[in-house]
Amino acid sequence: MGDQLIVTEPKEWVKTYGDYLYAFALPRVKDGEYAKDLVQETFLSALSKIDGFQGKSSVKTWLTAILKNKIIDGYRKKKIETVYSDLNNPEGGQMDFFDSNGGWDENHKPSPFPFETQDSLENKDLQTYLKFCFEKLPQVWRMVFIMKNIDEEKSDFICKEMNLSASNFWVIMHRAKLALRECLQKSGTV
Amino acid sequence: MENENWNNCQKATFLIEKRKLTRISLREILFLYYHLYQCKLCTLFKKQSHLIDHAFLQIFSEGIPTLDEKSKNEIQAKIDSKLDNN
Repeated sequence: MGDQLIVTEPKEWVKTYGDYLYAFALPRVKDGEYAKDLVQETFLSALSKIDGFQGKSSVKTWLTAILKNKIIDGYRKKKIETVYSDLNNPEGGQMDFFDSNGGWDENHKPSPFPFETQDSLENKDLQTYLKFCFEKLPQVWRMVFIMKNIDEEKSDFICKEMNLSASNFWVIMHRAKLALRECLQKSGTV
Repeated sequence: MENENWNNCQKATFLIEKRKLTRISLREILFLYYHLYQCKLCTLFKKQSHLIDHAFLQIFSEGIPTLDEKSKNEIQAKIDSKLDNN
């Protein structure tokens, strides 16, 4: 059974899954070269584990899972120590969104976005500004935000992988949204 | 039981976000309803937060980047050489 997978499939991997894996990695790591390296490592590591692949999932799902682990590993190695300082990073948005009673701080009160939001189904302004604002978030926040909103991972899983307490996880989700919203409010007015 | 501060926008926005992703308690739901009923700022926050979520999903589903041919060939070569060694 394994023969077929080992001999023929890997020859077709890059052609079949290369673009897909690259597109998966790029927005998560932001760096094209690094994304490319991750894709390559994924294929090579898949190759060495191929005997363990039991065909319970598709090859694509299997490769994606390996890639995802590599992305998370990269974060763990390089960035996890910054999670807690990120929480106090003014760029990521902090405490002073609210006053000591939990009311909106005068300088951070929501007001309508300074661009059209009516046609929200195909809103290019919103998307453009959002991309810009998202890039400004601390790296770990971005990862957590993507894992939750795009990958639809369970919160428990994210906490475990990113080495976060449950309460820190919710604080990140909250502050990321506060920071994105405020950044959008300021966009387009400069 | 703690004294509830019904005007707590920090708590309200926190619960708005949390509720999208998990269950919150009945007490928290009631707090949120009451708060949003009388707080225009948090109502606006909630609306904008939905807009952001929606746009975020769109960003991720559009304009799919592709791996250039040169990189593909390089990766393929590595795979081939590894296959040959086995």
